[in-house]
Amino acid sequence: MCESCGCAGVSHKSHVHGESGRLSVAVFSDILRHNNDQAAHNREHFTEHGVLALNLMSSPGSGKTSLLEATIDALGDVFRIGVIEGDLATENDARRIRAKGVPAVQITTGQACHLDAEMVHEALHQLDLASLDLLFIENVGNLVCPASFDLGQHANVALLSVTEGDDKPAKYPVLFRAADLILLSKSDLLEFIDDFSPIRAEQHIRALANPAKIFPVSARRPESLAPWLQWLRARWDAQRNGAPRAADTTAALPAK
Amino acid sequence: MHELALCQELIAEVTRIAAAHDAVGASRILVMLGPLSGVEAPLLKRAFLVARVGTVAEEATLEIEQQPLSVRCTVCGAKSEVTPTNLLCRTCGAWQVEILEGDALLLKSVELFLDTAAEDHPVEQKAAAETTSAQLGNG
Ligand SMILES: Nc1nc2c(ncn2[C@@H]2O[C@H](COP(=O)(O)OP(=O)(O)OP(=O)(O)O)[C@@H](O)[C@H]2O)c(=O)[nH]1
Ligand SMILES: [Mg+2]
Ligand SMILES: [Zn+2]
Ligand SMILES: [Zn+2]
Repeated sequence: MCESCGCAGVSHKSHVHGESGRLSVAVFSDILRHNNDQAAHNREHFTEHGVLALNLMSSPGSGKTSLLEATIDALGDVFRIGVIEGDLATENDARRIRAKGVPAVQITTGQACHLDAEMVHEALHQLDLASLDLLFIENVGNLVCPASFDLGQHANVALLSVTEGDDKPAKYPVLFRAADLILLSKSDLLEFIDDFSPIRAEQHIRALANPAKIFPVSARRPESLAPWLQWLRARWDAQRNGAPRAADTTAALPAK
Repeated sequence: MHELALCQELIAEVTRIAAAHDAVGASRILVMLGPLSGVEAPLLKRAFLVARVGTVAEEATLEIEQQPLSVRCTVCGAKSEVTPTNLLCRTCGAWQVEILEGDALLLKSVELFLDTAAEDHPVEQKAAAETTSAQLGNG
């Protein structure tokens, strides 16, 4: 709150009166302040209920829903899983998840290019968080817009399928820099795709100063999921045992 | 396009500020953008032309100040000016760097028309507004 004029939530550095009838106001506020505040509120909801919330981002069709299906098959007996689906046009992804016996909330309103914290807030209140351990938020398939919007997740997981080129991190640096874990999806196809080099993919990711772990995974080969499942367990343990880890959330965000 | 969503947020903020100052409109909005913000300046400008219609910012210009992108190496301690796809330390090549600046997405300042101006200089203001939209139309 500005003390000199009382404008809501804005801390002014100065009020410069220019020519008559004009006023220049110094503001210095994040344009995404509203979204960031809502995201912080979402994160409180998740943390309070001991839920680990993960934001899944990738190009369209990189295998987000398939990975979730395979993850539910592998961990459904260990963790109580819930999913928020960001596919705004159809119920298809939510239906696939529900077929696995897991609650899925479909986000139905908003712009079709990204999720924001308010949409996730609406969705999370349709879930019984107290009965969940893990919440996956499947973002809209898009490597640009989702990167700018914090949803309140504890970590970002980016999928890079081996069919889309190992230079994607260089082309979409904002999103891949914000990823806390990168999965090279559809790894069963690596043997057929001769120009995808996991090593080059890693070099592009390190060039973004991102220390994130990188695992190849295939939804078609359950045994390939082991490192991913282990990462999930470790994250969940850390979440349950430790206080909410502020350092992690900052690392997960591009704009703060 | 998330630029439109951002402009709507931006204008909502400008609207709050204008209301708090009893202003009738905004004439100039200054935003600082870093290369790691995920926002493209030309797209933001174009989206602004759409988003401002019918708002307190209808006659406002949007100015964008580009924030430089720099990192500090946690291995050798050097500071480097870098690019979004290559944040590596320019001195030793390490990727273990921290961002010093370059991810800003900030509303820096707003210039407002106060109520008195609307009554005292209606002609001047209208003229100013016309130049503004003409300039934007060309850009
Ligand atoms: N070979 C192979 N195909 C896969 C794998 N994972 C997904 N696919 C296929 O890739 C296509 C897209 O998979 P989805 O899981 O729907 O991808 P998505 O990222 O959820 O897609 P959107 O939600 O539309 O962005 C489907 O035809 C899947 O069968 C995988 O590990 N290996
Ligand atoms: Mg999907
Ligand atoms: Zn709430
Ligand atoms: Zn160095």
